[in-house]
Amino acid sequence: MQDSLQSTYKQLEQKSKYTNIFLRWFLYLILILFASYFIFPLYVMIVTSLKTMEEIRQGTLLTWPSTLNFDSWAVAWGGRGYGAGDTYLKPYFWNSIKMVVPAVFFSTFIGAMAGYVLTKWRFKGDKWVFLFLLFGCFIPYQAILLPMARTLGVLGISNSVIGLVLVHTVYGIPFTTLFFRNFYVSIPTELVKAARIDGAGFFKIFFKILLPISAPIIVVTVIWQFTQIWNDFLFGSTFSFGEAAPIQVALNNMVLSSTSVKEYNVDMASAIIAGIPTLIVYVLAGKYFIRGLTSGAVKG
Amino acid sequence: MKTLKIEELSKNFGTTEVLRKINLEIDEGNFLVLLGPSGCGKSTLLNIIAGLETINEGNVFIDDYNVSKVEPKDRNIAMVFQSYALYPSMNVRENMIFGLKQAKTSKEKIEEQLEKVSKFLQVDQLLERKPSQLSGGQRQRVAIGRALVREPRIFLFDEPLSNLDAKLRVEMRREIKKLHQQLKTTVVYVTHDQTEAMSLGTNIAIMNHGVIQQNDTPEKIYNKPSNTFVADFIGSPSMNLIKGNLKENSGDLFFTVSDSNLEIPIKDYDFNDKSNLNDKEVFFGIRPEHIFFKKFNEGDFEINLRADLSEYIGHEQIITFDYANQEVLAKFPSTIKIDLGKETKLYFDLTQASLFDAQTEERI
Repeated sequence: MQDSLQSTYKQLEQKSKYTNIFLRWFLYLILILFASYFIFPLYVMIVTSLKTMEEIRQGTLLTWPSTLNFDSWAVAWGGRGYGAGDTYLKPYFWNSIKMVVPAVFFSTFIGAMAGYVLTKWRFKGDKWVFLFLLFGCFIPYQAILLPMARTLGVLGISNSVIGLVLVHTVYGIPFTTLFFRNFYVSIPTELVKAARIDGAGFFKIFFKILLPISAPIIVVTVIWQFTQIWNDFLFGSTFSFGEAAPIQVALNNMVLSSTSVKEYNVDMASAIIAGIPTLIVYVLAGKYFIRGLTSGAVKG
Repeated sequence: MKTLKIEELSKNFGTTEVLRKINLEIDEGNFLVLLGPSGCGKSTLLNIIAGLETINEGNVFIDDYNVSKVEPKDRNIAMVFQSYALYPSMNVRENMIFGLKQAKTSKEKIEEQLEKVSKFLQVDQLLERKPSQLSGGQRQRVAIGRALVREPRIFLFDEPLSNLDAKLRVEMRREIKKLHQQLKTTVVYVTHDQTEAMSLGTNIAIMNHGVIQQNDTPEKIYNKPSNTFVADFIGSPSMNLIKGNLKENSGDLFFTVSDSNLEIPIKDYDFNDKSNLNDKEVFFGIRPEHIFFKKFNEGDFEINLRADLSEYIGHEQIITFDYANQEVLAKFPSTIKIDLGKETKLYFDLTQASLFDAQTEERI
């Protein structure tokens, strides 16, 4: 009796061991499959950008380039050096930087302030204010194009980087406020009470007590806003043209306005250049991004 | 001069009435505990004293000065919070001196205060640590230290022990008691824990539904509760309240229950109002610890009741008896053997009994 029971347990143990090994390998297989599926387009882009046009015309999409050729990257970034009609990314890249940095800064700062007020300095009707701000998250880009164009015209900043900074800051505030509000809700209001008794005022409490512990949500907001603004095409193409355009608009112009032949290698290199800053932001701050997104959910 | 005086104070959040006509006074050096179930308004009252909450009606005086419209920082108070509320980004030193720095105190004075208080609370080894690196008890001590360095007129404590585990809570309770004994500052302390309230307070104000039910010394609260709410709230298990009537019989007063021949004589009871006692519907209140299994005092009243249920809790046992279909609980040492389902001879200490009007639920 005792022995048969023991051998049954042994059999069960063996069985569950094999099942576990099988499931583990199956899991890896699936993961590898999906990972390659997602990395595939990037691979094609990089490989194509390093090939010459002759090699591309041979139709070997997936093969490794015979020689690594960085010419198309140079052309995409700095142009061919002849005068009219030569579009390249360098000036527009700086346009985008000049637009993104202040827009991200202001929208994040205003969002943090708004979140602070909505959670720690409650006032009559604050719920309504928050509700309307939330509403802003759901307004489609297209709906605000005309009123925004009119506003920029009245302010005299249409077709300028400053105008785009304003547009992106305003459009970003609902999102940044939502982020910060949800973060500050989980921070005990007793902190603010203690600081008030200690004699700190509205701004001191914000800068000395709350902002120093807001790193996770600042990272989330910065990544979110940076990606949104850097990748924006609609606002950029509507409210700016020519020299004031951000990089995504310039990329579009480069790719679509080629006069004779499609230069796939230059197109691919341009697209990658336009995407690099967001990639860098993700690589540098990615782990804080996940941490920040979940920090509100689990207390302590 | 009263250190703290609250006068006809009312507070509502929208249509919800949180505090109604509160009157309260504390003398210098006293330890007042605001005790009550959650939602009774005790924390709101504390926040109002601190100036963190506005007042709808009435006034708050500190040292006879009306501070109703004075900012929290200028009220000469300090507060210790339930979650400690230590500033997470600052170390212990910065946490403790933050208030002094805001008040533009001189550097020498700040250092002097910090050294004195941190030595006193034994946190002088922890000054460079961040709050996240401290244990619960250490955080508690730093939070108290942050209040102490400001040398306030009144200390406000908002349930400071409820985040600690049971063992630490008892230790910290003793430390707060010692602290008060040494410093003799005025304290207002909010808690929902009656043991904390009893052991710490020189005065206890029991609150319910935004009204102070009784404001007295711990002894008075325990022995002479002013209504059934207080009687029921204090004590564990709480006071037995037996519903019945008073009957006058040839000059003697008895407590009777209908459909039963059990009678308890009411003698030498200190009535608030002696009129209209006959046939009055009342609650007869007696604490489980005032029911004995043998005669201890000459006046103890003998009665036979059936034991129904026994709860063993180590050093003592709680037995439920049947008193004319009403439950009566008694507390005995666990060494006593009580047979369930049988009539047991019990002795009520009638000097400790209370009587309440069944309609108004007030003490008579």
